[in-house]
Amino acid sequence: MSKIEVKQATKVFGKNPKLGLSYLKKGLTKSEIKKKTGMNVGVSNASFQVEEGEIFVIMGLSGSGKSTLVRLLNRLIEPTSGTIAIDGQDITLMNKKELRDTRRRGISMVFQRFALFPHRSILENVAYGLEIQQVDKKERLEKAAKALEIVGLKGYEESMPDQLSGGMQQRVGLARALASDTDILLMDEAFSALDPLIRKDMQDELLDLQSEMHKTIVFITHDLDEALRIGDRIALMKDGRIVQIGSAEDILMNPANEYVENFVEDVDMSKIITAGRIMSRAEAIQVDRGPRVALKIMSDDGISSIFAVDKTKKFIGVIHAEDAANAAKEEQSSRSIVKKVEPVTMDTRLTDLFELISKSTLPLPVIDDMGRLRGLIRRPAVIQALAGNLPSQRSEVK
Amino acid sequence: MNQTILPKIPLGHWADLFVQFITDHFGMFFGSLANGIEAFVGGLVTFFNIITPIPFILVFVFIAYWRRGWTIALFTLLGLGLIYDLGYWQHTMQTFALVVTSVLLSIIIGLPLGILAGVNNPFRKFITPLLDLMQTMPSFVYLIPAIFLFGTGMPPGVVATIIFAMPPTIRMTSLGIRQVPEDLIEASDAFGSTPWQKLIKVQLPISMPTIMAGVNQSIMLALSMVVVASLVGAPGLGADVYLAVTSLRTDIGFEAGLAIVIIAIMLDRLSQNTRRHK
Repeated sequence: MSKIEVKQATKVFGKNPKLGLSYLKKGLTKSEIKKKTGMNVGVSNASFQVEEGEIFVIMGLSGSGKSTLVRLLNRLIEPTSGTIAIDGQDITLMNKKELRDTRRRGISMVFQRFALFPHRSILENVAYGLEIQQVDKKERLEKAAKALEIVGLKGYEESMPDQLSGGMQQRVGLARALASDTDILLMDEAFSALDPLIRKDMQDELLDLQSEMHKTIVFITHDLDEALRIGDRIALMKDGRIVQIGSAEDILMNPANEYVENFVEDVDMSKIITAGRIMSRAEAIQVDRGPRVALKIMSDDGISSIFAVDKTKKFIGVIHAEDAANAAKEEQSSRSIVKKVEPVTMDTRLTDLFELISKSTLPLPVIDDMGRLRGLIRRPAVIQALAGNLPSQRSEVK
Repeated sequence: MNQTILPKIPLGHWADLFVQFITDHFGMFFGSLANGIEAFVGGLVTFFNIITPIPFILVFVFIAYWRRGWTIALFTLLGLGLIYDLGYWQHTMQTFALVVTSVLLSIIIGLPLGILAGVNNPFRKFITPLLDLMQTMPSFVYLIPAIFLFGTGMPPGVVATIIFAMPPTIRMTSLGIRQVPEDLIEASDAFGSTPWQKLIKVQLPISMPTIMAGVNQSIMLALSMVVVASLVGAPGLGADVYLAVTSLRTDIGFEAGLAIVIIAIMLDRLSQNTRRHK
């Protein structure tokens, strides 16, 4: 069961939403309905699932309906039709009390303009969710203090919101959402009001937090870079419709239509493409075999060094041809002549690879999570990728 | 009055009948209401007299210093001292009791109505013209039915004052509630607040400065009614002014008028919502 399951959710704003709905069913577009009835279609027939522990990004330009869509998830906006299930419970069928309980214990939210209560101290702001659940004062202030500590704002408990910078205020917003300890976090353009450097920091911090907390996060943004950076999966919206859902790479490599294509054409590929995508097959030698074998492979392939792995294919280092020749004369083992070299992981981004490879004379070894050698990256591959020429899909080794 | 071709609509007659109807059927109710008001104002006056002038002045000087600083405190000291010195203390306390009672009742009735108007658009549309009527109808007009329903003396004065002074409290409360930023309302809802929690913890605290501006206006309007209230026999400084006008006594008129001004400035400064920064 998915954590969040949205089926054909539609929201029509205006005097007669049912009429708008029937026009939608007849296939009229958002702008045709606007012209005909004056009603605004916020979200049209959106269906998607969000899995537990996933960061799901809903991305689109302003007016694409993304903010409306996220508000359907906790019914801050009533859907006109469709079902929205949280943990299998359809929230569109809930009465007011059940809905309140879900909002208190199941879903919390972070807002674009922070939405801190100006008359409450930082600590009281963070404790708000617990306060309305009537958690007793001592306990809720303790939990709030803990949440503040998590977002790095220990020591600001007694400050007022207007004394804090934008970045800090949004940390408070995040802490307020964390304090209720809900499984689901809705973040509505949470970092859009922050300046770019701080936005990057916050994105990194969110990813760090997420690696510890494993919340289910629905993140709204109009910034494609942000979406690609933090989204496990991304839904692209236009005119209230979801145009495409997929991983960052899916969307970049296989845009569903011209709209998506136009959208992603300016993307800085160096931030998206990973080592795993551009690596080529690596020749390696099992380190227990002698230096002569190593020399033989190197001369066959016309290379001057070779990566060494152990029996389980774990990467150990590199063996140079000269060392192998000396070792062969002196009857040493291959293991004694292995030189250390820093490998990169499969998900290292192209930007980082570029820096590493410019410092190194050797190809970069690429390892997986288990430390096994999966491939290597040579300098031309990095430059080609930067120029936009990617090797054809799935050239991965073994 | 000019006679037109159309027959005159007997609007005045209807108003008369309406008041007559109310008097006949609810006379008892209004009678006991009048007694209640009389007792409350009387109690306040007695209370002020028990305190005696000097401690009373000191308490207000202290409040003025605490809320606004030493300039207003000094003004309060000199102003109240002058009133005491001129011999208007007793009447000032009666006026004070009238204003306090009217404003308290204005808030007790006006705040809930204002909140309702703030959260409920149809109710706001219904009450807005009523508020316009209450504020623009010459205040003397209220006195006529007030006499029928409440007799003479303090109670009709208080009631006429309430009707005249309450609209700003209602209006500004409604405005304040509606001015609470949408994202704060959303935040409050998103965390699962009940409407009551939202009102108490978010809407009211955030609209408090606006509400206080309304209460401040109500206080000022209540003071402006004291002379009118004296027409139906409400005692106090208003009665002194009324007496001064009818007997052409410049001295009494000036002194009593000045006492009203002093009380007005004092209450205005004390009820203005400016937080003193340390």
